[in-house]
Amino acid sequence: MSDLNIVPTEPAPVARHPAAEAWEMFRRNHAAMVALVVLSLIILVAIFGPYIYPTDPFDMVWAPFSPPGVDGFILGTDYLGRDLMAAIIHGARVSILIGLAAALMSVFIGVTVGALAGFYRGWVEEVLMRITEFFQVLPTLLFAMVIVALFGASLPMITLAIGIVSWTAVARITRSEFLRIRELEYVTASRASGAKNAKLMFRIILPNALPPIIVQAALMVGSAILFEAGLSFLGLTDPNVVSWGQVIGSNRQYILDASYTVTIPGMAIFVTVLAISLVGDGLNDALNPKLRQR
Amino acid sequence: MTAPLLKVENLRIELTTRDGVAPVIDDLSFELGAGESISFVGESGCGKSMTALGIMGLLPEKIGRIAAGSILFEGEELSTASEKRMREIRGNDISMIFQEPMTSLNPVYTVGEQIAEVLRAHQNLSKSAAWSKATELLDAVRIPNAQRRVNDYPFQMSGGQRQRVMIAIALACEPKILIADEPTTALDVTVQAQIFDLLNDLKRQTGTAIIMITHDMGAVAEMAQRMIVMYAGRNAEQGPVENIIEHPRHPYSRGLISCVPHIMATLTEERHPLTEVAGIVPSLREFGKDQCLFASRCTMVSQKCLDKRPPEVAFADGQKSACWHAEAV
Repeated sequence: MSDLNIVPTEPAPVARHPAAEAWEMFRRNHAAMVALVVLSLIILVAIFGPYIYPTDPFDMVWAPFSPPGVDGFILGTDYLGRDLMAAIIHGARVSILIGLAAALMSVFIGVTVGALAGFYRGWVEEVLMRITEFFQVLPTLLFAMVIVALFGASLPMITLAIGIVSWTAVARITRSEFLRIRELEYVTASRASGAKNAKLMFRIILPNALPPIIVQAALMVGSAILFEAGLSFLGLTDPNVVSWGQVIGSNRQYILDASYTVTIPGMAIFVTVLAISLVGDGLNDALNPKLRQR
Repeated sequence: MTAPLLKVENLRIELTTRDGVAPVIDDLSFELGAGESISFVGESGCGKSMTALGIMGLLPEKIGRIAAGSILFEGEELSTASEKRMREIRGNDISMIFQEPMTSLNPVYTVGEQIAEVLRAHQNLSKSAAWSKATELLDAVRIPNAQRRVNDYPFQMSGGQRQRVMIAIALACEPKILIADEPTTALDVTVQAQIFDLLNDLKRQTGTAIIMITHDMGAVAEMAQRMIVMYAGRNAEQGPVENIIEHPRHPYSRGLISCVPHIMATLTEERHPLTEVAGIVPSLREFGKDQCLFASRCTMVSQKCLDKRPPEVAFADGQKSACWHAEAV
C-alpha cells in the first residue's frame, strides 16, 4: 500500500514578474548586496552629510598636517589646515553628482545614436557609427581636458566633457540590441498594426533593449567619478567646489610628508567606484537572461 | 457583381538575393470579396507569406519590392501608396496575425496595454475607453476572467491565449481584412481547433474577410470557402475548396491532398493510400523560368512542361489550374 503513496508534487511553476525574478537573482550575488548597502550609505552621506557635519571644507580650522585622530580631527587636516573630514563629506556630493550626471548624459547621447543607427540601418547607420568610432579613437582624457580648458572649468562643463567622451560604449550596445530586436516578430506585429517609426523605436524596441544599457550606465557612473577625479587632479576643476579628486590634486605635493591627505580621498573614490562596479555586476547577473541558472 | 474588397492583379514581388533578383511572387492574381475567406496553401518557400507581407506593405526593406502588378483595396492602389497611408490602413482596415504567438507580443507591456495601444492609435479613443474596449475584446476572444487578465504580461499566458490576444489586437479596429499567417502552426491540435472556431465565430459577427495562409489541408477545409494553391511563387490552382479537394486539377494540389489522411467523410469509403510529393521546392534561382516549376517533381511531366510555362485554364466549376495537363489530372 505504501508503494501507492502519492509523492507530493511540486506546485506548478507560476510565471513570476520579471522584476521579481531579477531581484531574486540580484540577491543571490552576495558581493553585489554588500556593495549595494555600502553604496546606499555613501549616497546617504552625500545627501545628508553636509547638514550633519556642517564644517566648511574651505575653512582653515587648525594647523596644517594634523594627522587623523589627533587634535580632534577624525581624518586630520590638509596642507592649509582645512578639515579633511569636511572635504570628504562635502566632496561626496560633487563626485557622485558629476558621476550620475555624466553617466546620464552619455546614456542619452549613446541611446539616441545607437537607436537611430540600429533602427534605420543603411547610410544613417554608416554615418553614425563612423562618428562613434571617431570618438572611440580619441584619447579620452586629453579630449576632455581640451574641452574643459577651452570652455572653462565649471561643473556643467566638466559633466559635458565626461559625457561627450564616454557615450560610445552605450551607442554600440544600443545599436547591437536594436539590430537584434528589430527583427523579432513583435516588432513586425506592431508594424502590422500601424505603429509609427518613433513609436517602434522608443516604445517598442527600447524598453526591451534596456537591460544591458542599464548595466553599462551603472558601470559608467563609476568611471565618470574616476574621470572627474583625474581631471581635478590635473587642476581642471571648479576651484570653488570641493570634490575628492580635487583634494588629491591639491595635496599631491605633500604625498611624502602627509600621505593620508592623498590616501583618504583616494580610498573614498576606490570604495565608491568598487561598490558601483559590484552593483553593476549584480545588475548584469540579474538582467542578463543568459547568466541565469535556474 | 460588386467590386471585390481586395483585387490582386498580376502581382510580381522580387527579392534581391546574393544570386541576383528572384521573383518570389510571379504573376499572381486573385480576388477577395467582403466577408469571404480564402486560403493560401503550399509548402514552405512558395511565397505565401510574401504575398501577405506584400499586401501589408511590409516586405523586407531594400530586399523585397513589388515589381509589377497591382493590389487594389476598395479600389485604392496599395502597391504605390505612401508609407503614411499604409500605416493608417495597417491594423485599421487590414490587420495580420502571425505564426508565433510566443514571440509576437511585446514582453514588456501588459496585453491590455497592447490592445489599447492599437485602439488609441487608430480610433482616437480616450485612455479609459480604450482600456474598457480592450477588456471587452479579451472577453470576446474567450479568455476567461478578462477583467483580471487584461493586466497580465504575455509571459503569464499560454501559447493559445497569446494567439487569442493577437487576434484581439488584430480585430480591435474591426478591420475589413484579417490576414492570418499560419495562425495555428505553433499550437497544439486541440488549441488549433479552438482558434479556428473563434476565428469563424468572429468572422460571422464582424463580417471580416479572412486570408488564411497555411500548409494544413485540414485547416483549409475548416476555414475557407476558396483556396489558392501556390507553388514556387506561382498560382498552381485556385477555386472553391470542396471542388479542389474533390477533384484537384493540378498534380501539385492532388499531391498535397493525397498526403493528408481522413479528409473523406466516412470510414467505410474506400481509402486512398497516403503518398508524398517527392522532392523539394526549387531554389529561388529557379523561380521565374519559362517552364512549369513543378515539372521536376511531377509524375505527369512531359517535354511541353519543361519548354513553356503553363497558362491558367479555367474550368466550368470555378476552378483554375496552371497545368498543361489540367484536363487529364
